[in-house]
Amino acid sequence: MLLDQIIFFIFAAIALAGAVLVVTSRNAVHSAIWLITTLLATAGIYLLLKAEFLFAVQIILYVGGIVVLFIFVIMLVNLDVAVRQIQFNRQTSVALILALAVGGMLPVAHYFLGRQIELPPERVAPVGPNTEQVGQVLFSQYMVPFEIASVLLLVAMIGAVVMAKRRV
Amino acid sequence: MDALLQYYSQPQHYLPLIFILVIVAVLPLLAGYVVLMERKIMADMQARLGPMRVGPHGLLQPLADALKLLIKEDIIPEEADKIVFLLAPLISVTAAMTAYAAIPFGPGFQIAEMNIGLLFVLAISSMGVFGIVLAGWASNNHYSLLGALRGAAQVVSYEVAAGLAVVAAVLLAGTLSTRQMVLAQIDPASGTGVWFVFLAPVAFFIFVVASVAETNRAPFDLPEAESELVAGYMTEYSGFRWSIFFLAEYAAMIVVASLGTILFLGGWARPFAATPVFDFLDYAPPVLLGGAGLYCLYRLLKQPALWQKVVMLIFAGILLLLAGAVALPLTGAQLGAVHVADWKPAIHGGFWFVCKVAAYIYFFMWIRFTFPRYRFDQLMRLGWHFLIPVALVNVFAMGAALILRSRLAGGWGLEWVVAANLVTLLFAGLFAWLAEKRPAAQAVESEY
Repeated sequence: MLLDQIIFFIFAAIALAGAVLVVTSRNAVHSAIWLITTLLATAGIYLLLKAEFLFAVQIILYVGGIVVLFIFVIMLVNLDVAVRQIQFNRQTSVALILALAVGGMLPVAHYFLGRQIELPPERVAPVGPNTEQVGQVLFSQYMVPFEIASVLLLVAMIGAVVMAKRRV
Repeated sequence: MDALLQYYSQPQHYLPLIFILVIVAVLPLLAGYVVLMERKIMADMQARLGPMRVGPHGLLQPLADALKLLIKEDIIPEEADKIVFLLAPLISVTAAMTAYAAIPFGPGFQIAEMNIGLLFVLAISSMGVFGIVLAGWASNNHYSLLGALRGAAQVVSYEVAAGLAVVAAVLLAGTLSTRQMVLAQIDPASGTGVWFVFLAPVAFFIFVVASVAETNRAPFDLPEAESELVAGYMTEYSGFRWSIFFLAEYAAMIVVASLGTILFLGGWARPFAATPVFDFLDYAPPVLLGGAGLYCLYRLLKQPALWQKVVMLIFAGILLLLAGAVALPLTGAQLGAVHVADWKPAIHGGFWFVCKVAAYIYFFMWIRFTFPRYRFDQLMRLGWHFLIPVALVNVFAMGAALILRSRLAGGWGLEWVVAANLVTLLFAGLFAWLAEKRPAAQAVESEY
């Protein structure tokens, strides 16, 4: 499907460009706006893979919830200083060596593991209404990890509340 | 190219395009007339007349307002973040209007039927808050920023309550598709056949309160509280951009009203749709619309100027035409090869849907002119200490009731659903009592 590929590359380009701009923007609010762009493009890719439940959750949780809180905090905290500071550590030579080393490791690892790079089959068949399926799998097969993650988040939340309360 | 033409020659592919055009074209007009309705209702509740000058009974006021806003000077503050300042209203209005894609206005009138329709509407409309937040920040104005902060905190808080309230309806319908949800409320075979407002009244109440807060309407209109913050996040906006914010606000209002209608009020269904005894209600749409048209004709005689008589005549004509359109399917007439009676669900569905949405919006206005504005800490307390716990209990109780119904298969299971609501009410009383006992928040955070 040519159209699918074109749409995928558009979304992928938006996501990558947005991600780069999140890091390079001087203004924290601009970074947050680019983060929204990246998250939306990622949501679009989920939709392309027929994972519509993930698409909706991505937007509701990350865009509608977490980024709103990010922006909320950015506005409360005075970030004028950050705008004027140098944002990047200009150790280009070290960074270049590290990047090349990591890049070189990938083919080496691939060679020694002796595995072909396998692309997923041309097209994953739609697996039907995946809201139900995500629910089924989450609450039967992955029950324990799910509960552990919930407890972990609960602990983190209580910790945040306790720490915030102490300051007042 | 041929493939494209082939694709769009099929009704299921070109109809959505027409629907999109209709919605985008009609919505601004509709929003304008909702504003007129609001001003008229406000005037009525305050025992005065409201707009009377432009057109008979102010019927052309929305058009005059739109024209005024379009030709007003567009001011962008010197110190504003220009791009974000220009972007913010667009985000608001895009979020509000995209949400219509999944809303079924009638059995056939829906742009996209998807199996996560409800989540789609919630997700897209939750992005509207960025318009408020970024507008407030980009204006580089303290009042605007305060409005933006309030908006962000308020919308994020009440989205939780609204989301949890919606779960009750999702549990009852057993689907996330907006169309299937309405069908579950119409047809006893595919669902309960009862409007969910009767099965989950507590959830409906929470949804209504949360939807008022989410659309920043009085008594929860703190992001734009004019007595404290000038106009909140909209302070620096003027002319066309300001009107776009206004459009977004009313479009979002129509979205939540449609959502409430779909989830709890039976969508496009006629009252008692499955009961043949009440079939005489099918005559209500033509009678109501025709009556309104005739009343316009009666008022026409009392208009002082000729042009006002002409405007009144046009409005009467529109109403009588609509009355004719809804009456046509009842007559069994034949239009060419098409049997018009087959269109009855579509035409009458649209009528009932608009009626319910209008009633919901009327309720919004009613409470706006009835209750004084909340203080911000009171608003947060109501959300976090009352609505969210009650909504959580409601989800648990409703889930338990539905499981008990399926396990102890005994008849319809109404008693379990009623019990779930009673349990929720009990807890609501408990939470209210606890909130009363708790000392008023001493640390009203100074930022607000």
